[in-house]
Amino acid sequence: MMMVTAAAVLVAMALAIARALSGPTVYDRILAINVHGTKTVLIIAVLGFLTDRPEFLDIALVYALINFIGTIAVLKFRRYGDLGQTGPRAAARSAEFHQDDL
Amino acid sequence: MEGDAIAVVQSVLSGIALAIGSIFAVIGAIGILRLPDFYSRMHGAGITDTMGAGMILLGLMLQAGLSLVMVKLLLILVFIFFTSPTATHAVAKAALGSGLEPKLGGKEEGPSKT
Repeated sequence: MMMVTAAAVLVAMALAIARALSGPTVYDRILAINVHGTKTVLIIAVLGFLTDRPEFLDIALVYALINFIGTIAVLKFRRYGDLGQTGPRAAARSAEFHQDDL
Repeated sequence: MEGDAIAVVQSVLSGIALAIGSIFAVIGAIGILRLPDFYSRMHGAGITDTMGAGMILLGLMLQAGLSLVMVKLLLILVFIFFTSPTATHAVAKAALGSGLEPKLGGKEEGPSKT
């Protein structure tokens, strides 16, 4: 059963990558990569069980956190064109960044 | 003798949970690839993130039994349950704020521009 689960998760990852490559808007790509990251957490956990190495779960835990922060960071970069700045200057830069939208 | 029965029940339940999780993961991924519009694709992402991840992690938990491994799996499950809807909500807000229109069915004139 574990092998079947690993294969199913790999198929789901491949489908998500296909959407990330073909997605018409940037938000489709971000969503697909977010799903791909969740699936990566699952495949790490399942592989840890398959190879009898439970320490893989720590890596899966860290990957779950990094995946969320990465998604939020990419969204913020997309919105403001900069990860460090906030306030009026960032808003002005964001306005010129979004001239050519989507 | 009784321990054997418990182990069999445990492994059968874990197999069922893993099977359901695999099915949901693949169905959600097909939805992400095939649904017509960004906001409907988020529905597929929701299926993989809740039922897919939840059932697969539940199956692994049943396989692990009461131990530190189970606690770690539970932590992963809790993190995914908190972060995945937050990330999806942020993507939806960003898409809506950038002016991406949802695809509406039924009406001939299409979505209203307000």
